Amino acid sequence: MSSREEILALLRDNARYTTDDLARMTDTDEATVEETVAALEEEGVIKGYQAIVDYSKLEPEPVRAAVELNVTLDRETGYDDIAQRLAKFPEVKGLRLVSGDFDFALEVEGDSMSEVSRFISEKVAPVPEITQTVTHYVMESYKEHGVEFGDGHDDDRLSVSP
Amino acid sequence: MTFEASARVESVPPSGIRRFFELAEEYDDIISLGVGEPDFAPPWAARDAAIASLERGQTSYTANRGKRELREAIAAHAADAYDLSYDPDEEVLVTTGVSEGIDLAYRAFLDPGDAVAVAQPCYISYIPGATFAGAEVVDVPTRAADEFTLTRAALERSGAADAEMLVLCYPNNPTGATMTREELEPVAKFAREHDLLVLSDEVYADLTYEHEHASIATLPGMGERTVVFNGFSKAYAMTGLRLGYAMGPPEAITAMNRIHQYTMLSAPTTAQHAAIEALETCEGAVTEMAAQYDRRRQFVLSRFEEMGVDCFPASGAFYAFPECPWDDGDAFAEALLEDQRVAVVPGSVFGAGGEGNLRVSYATGLGQLREAMNRIEAFLS
Ligand SMILES: Cc1ncc(COP(=O)(O)O)c(C=O)c1O
Repeated sequence: MSSREEILALLRDNARYTTDDLARMTDTDEATVEETVAALEEEGVIKGYQAIVDYSKLEPEPVRAAVELNVTLDRETGYDDIAQRLAKFPEVKGLRLVSGDFDFALEVEGDSMSEVSRFISEKVAPVPEITQTVTHYVMESYKEHGVEFGDGHDDDRLSVSP
Repeated sequence: MTFEASARVESVPPSGIRRFFELAEEYDDIISLGVGEPDFAPPWAARDAAIASLERGQTSYTANRGKRELREAIAAHAADAYDLSYDPDEEVLVTTGVSEGIDLAYRAFLDPGDAVAVAQPCYISYIPGATFAGAEVVDVPTRAADEFTLTRAALERSGAADAEMLVLCYPNNPTGATMTREELEPVAKFAREHDLLVLSDEVYADLTYEHEHASIATLPGMGERTVVFNGFSKAYAMTGLRLGYAMGPPEAITAMNRIHQYTMLSAPTTAQHAAIEALETCEGAVTEMAAQYDRRRQFVLSRFEEMGVDCFPASGAFYAFPECPWDDGDAFAEALLEDQRVAVVPGSVFGAGGEGNLRVSYATGLGQLREAMNRIEAFLS
C-alpha cells in the first residue's frame, strides 16, 4: 500500500489518530502526513470527520428512518436533479441511488416520529417526480460505520503469557 | 506411597513466564505488553462455523490425522502461500496446537541421550519438551548483532554439528526476527552436511512484514529432513481452540501419528470445523489483522528509536525485542511493573542469548500501546 492509501485506511478506521501516530505507523514524518491529508481533503476524497454515536444513549433519542423512494424521470428531469433537491434538506442525512425495487434510499433524522412523518409527507412526497415513498423507522441499531454496538469482545487473556 | 515427580520432571524448572504472570496479577491497573497471543477474536466466519457444527451435534472424534477436508485445505494453503507441497493423506497431521506437534516430534525421533540443537532465544516449551523426551539440549544462542537470525557461525560455535536434530522458529517468539530464503540457505547446508533432522516452527508465518515468508523445507534437500509446524493460534487468533498441524515426509508423520493416536486420538473436533472455514474464507481477515500488527510494530519501533533504546527492526510475529537499558533485565521488568504498571517479559525467560533484552508484545490496541510507551519513556528519564 502507498502511504496515501495507508493513511486513508487508518483514518477510515479511526479519524482521531494524531499526525504523530499516523507518521509512526506508516513510517513517514509528520510533514508528509499533513500534506497527504491536506491533499485528500482538497481533492474531496475525504469529505469530513464525524463521531459514531449510539443514539439510544442520547436524551432525547433522535428518530431515524430509512425511506425508499420511487421516481419517474422525464426529458427535463434526471436522477441528479431530484437528488440535488432532496439533499439540500438538513433532515436528509443520507441519500443514495440504488439498484433494485426502488430508486433512492433516503436516510432521514428528526426529533420525533411526527416530525419525520411530516417531513416526508410535506417535503418529500410532494416532489412531482416522486411516485412512491415507503418509510422504515429505525427501532434498534446494532452496527454503524463498521462499529458494533454490543459489549464487544472482552479481553480475557492472561496478563502475561508465553 | 507418595507422588514424587520423576527425575525428568524435577529437572525442569517452573516457567519464568509464570513468575512474571504472578507479579503482574498483583496489580489491577497494568497495561500488559507481556501477552503472547492476539488481541483479536477469531474471524467471525470461523467462529460461526464452529457454532454451526455444535448445533449439528458434530462432536465425535475425527480421523486420528484430522478431518480429511481440513488436511486438504491445509495442504492447499501450504502450497499456495509457502510453496510447500504435501500430500493431505500421508504428509499432514492435525494436532492439538503446535505445542502437541513439537512434543510428538521429540518423542517420535529422539532416543535418550540424543542431542537437540535449539536456536535461542525461543518459545519456552522447546527446551523442557526435549528434556521430557530424555534428550540433551545444545543451546544455540543467536545475537542482536545478527538481528537474531540463525547463522552458520552460531551453529558451529555451539557444537550443533553433533546433534541429531535442530529446532528453529522464524518469525520468532520472543525476538520478532524473521529469516529470508537467502539467510536460511547456510542453515540448510549445515543441516545437510551434518545430517540433522529439522523442526521448523512456522506458526507466525503469516505475520511476516518485510518480505515473503520462506520455509526452510522448500530449500534443496530439506523437505525430506524437515517437519514444518503451523497452526491457527496466531494468524487466525484461535489460541484457545487449540489447533495446529505438522507437515513432513510420510514416515515422519506416520511415526508422530503413532503417538498421537494413542495419546490424543484426534485434535479438537469443533476447532477443526472452525479451521476449515478459516482456511477457506478468512484470508482477508488475516491480512487485515497482519496490517494492524504491522502498523503497531512501526509505532513501537519508532518510539524506541526516539527514546534512544536500541531495538533491532523486528520484522515478524507481534514482538519487539529491545535491548534492556539496565544490565539486569529481570530487575528492570520488575521495577517497570512496580513503578509504571507496564508489564514486559525479560528476555532471560526465553533461553540463551535473551538475557540482555526485553520482549515487548504489540498484540494490544494502539491507545494502550501509546500510553505504555509513554510510561516506559517516563520510567527511563
Ligand atoms: C513460537 C511458538 N510456537 C508455538 C506456540 C504454541 O502454539 P499452539 O497454540 O499452536 O500450541 C507459540 C505460542 O505462543 C509460539 O509462540
